[in-house]
Amino acid sequence: MRKFLVVVGIIAVFLCSGAFAADEVRIGIVLPISGQAAMYGAYCKTGIELALKELAPDNTITVGGKKLPLTIIYEDNENKPEITANAYRKLIDQDEVTAIIGPESSSTALAGAPIAQSSGIPVVTIFPTNPKVTQVGDYIFRACFIDPFQGAVMAKYAYNDLKVTKAAVLYNNGNDFSKGLTEFFTKTFAELGGKVVITEAYGGSDIRDFNAQFNNIKASDAQVLFMPNTYFESGLQMQQARSAGITLPLIGGDGWDTPDLVTISNGSEEGAAYSCAFSHEATTPQAQKFVQAYRAAYNDVPNSNAVLSYESLSIVYRAIEAAGSLDGAAIRDAIAKTKLELPSGVIEFDSDRNPKKPAVIVMYKGGKTSYVTTVNP
Amino acid sequence: MAQTEQLVQLLIYGIQLGVIYALIALGYTMVYGIINLINFAHGDFVMIGAFTAFFAVNLAGVGFFPAILAAMLFPAVLSIIIERLAYRPLRDKPRLSALITAIGVSIFLENFPRMVPFIGPNFKRFPELITMRHFYVLGQASINSIQISNIVASGVLLALLIFLVQYTKMGRAMRAVAYNKDAAALMGINVNRVISLTFFIGAALAGAGGVLYSLTYPMIDVLMGGWLGTKAFIAAVFGGIGSIPGAVLGGLLMGIIEVFATAVYSELGYGSGFIVLIFVLLFRPSGLLGKAPLDKV
Repeated sequence: MRKFLVVVGIIAVFLCSGAFAADEVRIGIVLPISGQAAMYGAYCKTGIELALKELAPDNTITVGGKKLPLTIIYEDNENKPEITANAYRKLIDQDEVTAIIGPESSSTALAGAPIAQSSGIPVVTIFPTNPKVTQVGDYIFRACFIDPFQGAVMAKYAYNDLKVTKAAVLYNNGNDFSKGLTEFFTKTFAELGGKVVITEAYGGSDIRDFNAQFNNIKASDAQVLFMPNTYFESGLQMQQARSAGITLPLIGGDGWDTPDLVTISNGSEEGAAYSCAFSHEATTPQAQKFVQAYRAAYNDVPNSNAVLSYESLSIVYRAIEAAGSLDGAAIRDAIAKTKLELPSGVIEFDSDRNPKKPAVIVMYKGGKTSYVTTVNP
Repeated sequence: MAQTEQLVQLLIYGIQLGVIYALIALGYTMVYGIINLINFAHGDFVMIGAFTAFFAVNLAGVGFFPAILAAMLFPAVLSIIIERLAYRPLRDKPRLSALITAIGVSIFLENFPRMVPFIGPNFKRFPELITMRHFYVLGQASINSIQISNIVASGVLLALLIFLVQYTKMGRAMRAVAYNKDAAALMGINVNRVISLTFFIGAALAGAGGVLYSLTYPMIDVLMGGWLGTKAFIAAVFGGIGSIPGAVLGGLLMGIIEVFATAVYSELGYGSGFIVLIFVLLFRPSGLLGKAPLDKV
């Protein structure tokens, strides 16, 4: 009898939770809220909040003609792969989310994506530029461009605009983003007719001494230094490079796109150029509307993380509405069919679930970013 | 740059990194020497020292010397409190209990400041206390004012430590306790006070190391001590844990090996310290200058 009651109880709990899930839409958001990459997470959060304010001011979403309450669940991943995997498991198993947005880096996205794929939960990752992320499976999308494109953009910028043929690279061999970008930069630069004459590595973001690497780079005949690393590594690197007497132009990837880089580099970033997803100086009406709304809400200019998070939430929100159900496969198909005019351009996914979108090149001038050019795929 | 200039330049980089490892390694080695405890929380005193100096400079506007003094005193006092609260009650319990407590203390020291609003999880820029100047020593090989201050400050602190341990009554008491705690107690030495003093000195050196490290790499955050502490711990084991000259030698060699290994093949620079440790433990399990443990009968 007791056993029977327990079984009935368990079934009842399951039924209740099932019924409960249908009355509410939950979207899980995985971001680095603390830890070294917290500044990326802070910008992402502003983008998400702004999108929510515009799309769902009353915290509801219309699914199949029914207005359902919308709950956003934030999880901190500290920018660590293992914590991202835990956050994904928690969101999927305990919170029973309909879809997941984030995280925003390649190494962490690669840790979470297989879990969502096997549970059939659609994911729009924010800023993992490594191509492997969406190759995990058909439930995994991204809001940003990918490294082969970004690496090519910077290689072309170095070769065509800076007019140099010999490049040096300093990269983090413990980071999928940095590794991928190095590989594609090197490839495209060689195809153009240039040569990466020296590639120096370091083993993780705990490393703060790059003197030995810069010593070798200084002794080489490179004409430009490519550092596809995160902002908290690059700030120190720029400073140490200049202090070691390296006067080469510095170029980098989207990892540099946060004003906090400047607090560490402290002036040594002057003239450094990088590729990113968005410039607040972009002139399209969608972009300007977004920049104005962002400025009104936060009294700041949005960076790439803010824009891509805004777009991620818009994509997911619209897809759930379009799908008309909370079924993972239906939402996945709706995301794949996305065609939205968003701040960084018209978003459409290709067959590898990567959006076709341009990159902008931005340069640090007087501690602020300044728009240089837009490069289309 | 010519070959010799390159070597000199790398040696300068290696030494300036090595002296910081050495300062931090001393705390591990001294505490281990006295109570056979690997104080995993030691690396975090580096972080606390760096933050103490950060606030001393930004709030009180003090210069280099008061900042480093504050950065030594605060972690030192904190470490006495921690020893009293967390380690002393476990002193006669199995060693594993104290070891696990040390890991717990470390997690606490890293995560508590993260919650405090004025510290938080994000990194901060460490102020420039020493004006950056470059001096050419040999051809193009140069040394800068921060590297010089690292080396000089570490040298002075080391000299003070050796004087304290070798030529004062308290130092003799420390050596006696390290040799045999019970016999030292029977001879009228206040063992508790000696242990407190050891923690005090170790944490003070770590705090100073934190300031010097942050001057060189001006970015501080609550987790900075974890990895640096691991490196310094390896240096202490490498040199022979329990031996003060061993910690200094281990730290210096670690710094130099790391820089040279990185210069030769940067993909493996990060792992060089661990490879060295494995070899030392294979061929000299007690470290370069460590004594093989004697069974006390």
